[in-house]
Amino acid sequence: MTSLRKSERRDWTQGRGMTTKLNINGKLHAVSADPATPLLWVLRDELLMTGTKYGCGIAQCGACTVHLNGQPVRSCQLPISALEGAKITTIEGLGGAHPVQEAWVRHDVPQCGYCQSGQIMAAVALVTSNPAPTDGDIDQAMSGNICRCGAYQRIRAAIKDAAGAKTHAA
Amino acid sequence: MPSGARKSSPISPPVSRREVFIGATTVGGALLVGACSPADALSIGAAAPDVGAFGPFVRIDPDGAVTMISKHIEFGQGSATGLAAIIAEEMDADWEKVSVELAPGNVKLYANTLMGVQGTGGSTAINEAWDQMRKAGAGARAMFVEAAAQTWGAPAADITVADGVVRHPASNRSATFAELLPAASKLKPPATPTLKDPKTFTLVGTDRIQRKDTRSKTTGAARYTQDVNLPGMLTAVVAHSPRFGGVVKSFNATEAKKVPGVVDVVQIPTGVAVLAKGLYAARKGRDALTIDWDDSKAEHRSSDAMLADYRKIAGGETKAEWIPFETAGVSAGAFEGETLKFSYDFPYLAHATMEPMNAVAAVGSGKAKLTFASQIPTLDQLNTGLAVGMLPGAVEVETLYAGGSFGRRGNPTSDYAIEAVHIAKHVGGMTPVKLVWTREDDMTMGRYRPLALHAIEVKVDDHGYPAAWRHKVVIQSFMMGTPFMTGKLDSTTVEGAKGSPYFKAIPVVDGQVAIPSSPVTTLWWRSVGATHTALAMEHTLDQLARRAKIDPLEYRRTLLKKAGASRHLAVLDLAAEKAGWGSPLEDGWTRGLAVHESFGTVVANVAEVKVVDGEPKVRRVVAAVDCGVVVAPDQVRAQMEGGVCYGLSSALYGRITLKDGVVEQKNFDTYRVLRMNEAPRVETHILASGAHPTGCGEPGTPVIIPAVANAILAASGQATSSLPFVKA
Repeated sequence: MTSLRKSERRDWTQGRGMTTKLNINGKLHAVSADPATPLLWVLRDELLMTGTKYGCGIAQCGACTVHLNGQPVRSCQLPISALEGAKITTIEGLGGAHPVQEAWVRHDVPQCGYCQSGQIMAAVALVTSNPAPTDGDIDQAMSGNICRCGAYQRIRAAIKDAAGAKTHAA
Repeated sequence: MPSGARKSSPISPPVSRREVFIGATTVGGALLVGACSPADALSIGAAAPDVGAFGPFVRIDPDGAVTMISKHIEFGQGSATGLAAIIAEEMDADWEKVSVELAPGNVKLYANTLMGVQGTGGSTAINEAWDQMRKAGAGARAMFVEAAAQTWGAPAADITVADGVVRHPASNRSATFAELLPAASKLKPPATPTLKDPKTFTLVGTDRIQRKDTRSKTTGAARYTQDVNLPGMLTAVVAHSPRFGGVVKSFNATEAKKVPGVVDVVQIPTGVAVLAKGLYAARKGRDALTIDWDDSKAEHRSSDAMLADYRKIAGGETKAEWIPFETAGVSAGAFEGETLKFSYDFPYLAHATMEPMNAVAAVGSGKAKLTFASQIPTLDQLNTGLAVGMLPGAVEVETLYAGGSFGRRGNPTSDYAIEAVHIAKHVGGMTPVKLVWTREDDMTMGRYRPLALHAIEVKVDDHGYPAAWRHKVVIQSFMMGTPFMTGKLDSTTVEGAKGSPYFKAIPVVDGQVAIPSSPVTTLWWRSVGATHTALAMEHTLDQLARRAKIDPLEYRRTLLKKAGASRHLAVLDLAAEKAGWGSPLEDGWTRGLAVHESFGTVVANVAEVKVVDGEPKVRRVVAAVDCGVVVAPDQVRAQMEGGVCYGLSSALYGRITLKDGVVEQKNFDTYRVLRMNEAPRVETHILASGAHPTGCGEPGTPVIIPAVANAILAASGQATSSLPFVKA
C-alpha cells in the first residue's frame, strides 16, 4: 500500500555552518540542524526517515521511540548534540523482517498504525533483554506507549509470540 | 455539466452548500442525502476521471497484480481490507496477491451510497458498499470468463475461476488474469453480473482475511499526512485563540521572523500562521509571536459553570426550547405519585488521535491540491474551494492513511484543511504547505464530544418495571446550522435513547432534548450519541433492577421480550453465557452487563471489574456482536477490542475541562488515556447472521461504559452519576 515515494525526498538544511555526526542504523549522517534540535525532527524533517512518529512532543506517548545503544528512548526529547558517538536505531533499521515485526504481522496488530513504530521499538528492546516476558514485564515495558486504537491485546500477544519464536530459534 | 468551466478562473460555486444539500437528513450519525444527488454540482471543475476497463474499484496490471481501490479512508477500522475482500470474493482473485489503494476525491465515482457525498462515517463503509463491491467483483470476473470463452471457443457456463486462474475443465485449458487481460480489457462489464450464493463464499467470512496494510504499518513505510515531504514544501503552524470564538485583534511578528528557518508569517481567519522549513523552526517562530486577541464573542465560562447552566435548563429554572425525541402515552397524570430520579453528566471529550490534525495543501491559479487523510473528501473539496474562491472540482484530493480519526477528520466545516488552503493561497504557485497542528493545538482546538446532561424520571409499576419514563437531555448540537440538518431534532444528540427498544416496553415515554449554544466546537466522537445515551439507558435499568431485586439480565430479558427486540436478546444471552453470568468470582470482583445498538449493530458487553485504590480495574470483557453478514471476522474482533479500549479510556479518565473558557488539558500528561497496563482482555463472539452487513467501527465503543458502571453498582451499591470514573 502507500509508502513514501523516492521522488519526494528533498535535501534542504537550515545551514548554520555546524554539523553533527549521527550514527543511525549503522550509517553515519552529517546533519546541519541546530544542535539543540531533538533527534525526532532531524530524523523526520532533515533525513526524511518518517517511520518514527510525532505524537506528543513531551515523552508521554512513545510514538517517537528509537533505540539509543539498544535502549528504548523518546527521540522527541533528545537534542542531537548529545548523540554523537551513540548508536541510534530506528524502525527502518530493523530491516522489515525482525521477529517482532513478523509477530506483528501474524497477529494483525496495527489498526491506524501511527503508534506502531514506537510500539515495535519498545517491544524489540523488551524481548532483546527479556526472552520470556511476563504480563507484568510487558505492562512495565509497554505502558509508556499509547495506542488510541486500543490494539493492546494484540501487542501483548505478538510480544509473547515473538519472544517465544526468538527463544525457539536461539 | 459544462466541462468548459474547469479551466475558468476562480469563481463562486454555482450553488450554495445549503442548496446542494437540500434534502439532507441524518440517521444515526450518518449523513443521508435524499433524492437530490449533489454529485454533478460538486464535480464542476473536475477533470474527467480516468477509469480503467474494470471500473473505479478494480485495477489489474499487465503482470496480473490486482489492486482494489477503497472508496473509504482507512484510519484503523479495516474497511479498506474488507471492501477489497468483497470484490476479491466475487471476482475469484488470488487474495494473497491483492493490494489496496485509497481512492482520491471523486464524488461521481466514490460517493457513499448512504450519504450522497464521498465520505466515511456512521460505521457505513461495509454496509453501504456491500452490494456495490460484490457487483464490481462479479463484473470483472464475468469479463475474464467471457474473454476466455471467446479465446477458447468454449461456453461461458463451463468456465470456472479460482485464485485468479480461469479454467475450462472440459478441454483442460487454463489462463491467468494476466494472460487474459488484453482480451478482457476490451469487454464491457455486464450491467447485472451474477452474484455468488453467499453459501459458496471461500474468502468473505473467513480468517483468511488479514489486513492489507499491516506490513507497511510494521516497517514505518505506511504514509500519513505527517510524513509528506514534497519538493519546496514549507511547514506551517497556526497560533489560535486560547478561547473558542476569539479572533486576532493585532499581532507582532518581528521576533518570529528572526527565528532561523522561519520564512513568513501571515494572518488567516482563524489565527496567525508561521511558515518555516520544518516543524521545529515553525514552532519556535510561533513561540516568538505576540498576539492580542479579541475575546468579546468568546466562551468565558468554565465547563463546571456550563454544566451548572445545563442543570438549570433541565430543572426548568432556565427557560429553553424542548424538542421531543420519543413520545408515547403521555397524559396529564402519567408522572403523578412517587418517581425515581436519575442524573448523569458527561464531559467534553477530545478525540486525541495519535496523529494530530494536519493537511498538505498547494494552491495555484484556478486549482488546488490537498494531500491528506480526508475523511469526507467531497466536503473538504467544497469547503476549501469556497475558502479560496474555487470550484469544488478544482480541488484535487489525494487521500492518505489517517493516524486515527474516531470522527475528528470527518468535519463538516473542514477546519484545519481550510487553514491549510488559506496559507497555501498566500504562498501561491502550487507551493506545497504542510499545516501541522501540534498535540497542544489538537487538544485545545478540538471538536469535542459535547458536554451533556441526562435527567431521567421513572415511575415504576407494582413489579418494579418502568411504567412511565421521562428523559431530558441537555447538549450542544454540532449539526444545527450545518447543511445536514433538516427539521428541528438533531438525532445525533439523543440517538440510542431515541429508538431504544426498552421504550417499546414502557407505556409512557416523554423524551425531550434542549440545545444550549456555545462557541466551544463539538463533533461526532466514535459512536456519537451512544457515548452518553448507552450509559443513561443501561445504568438506569440496572438501578431499577436492583431496586426491584431482579437480576439485571432477567430484568432486561423481560423488557426486551416485551419489546420484541430479538437481536438484542440474542446478543445479550450470548455475552452472558460466554461470560459465565451468575457464576461466582474472587473477592472484590464483580460483573456488569450492558447491551446497546448503534448504527444498526447490536453489541453486548460483560465486564469483570474491581475497584483498586479508588480506580476501577477492568480485567476481562466478553463482547457479543450482531452485525449481519460478517466480512472479516478478525477485523470485527479487532474493532470490538479497540472499541472497548476507546470507550473504557473515556469512561475511566477522559475529560476536557474549561477554566475561564480556556481548555485545561494540553497533552497526554493531563488528558489521561488508557494504557497497556489498564487494558482488559476482550473476548469477542460474533452471532451468525445472513442479514445485510452493518458496521463495527463504532458500535463496540459505548457499551463498556455502562457495563463498568453496572459492575461497580453490583460491588458497592454505588451508582454512577458523573463521568469519568477517575477525576483526579
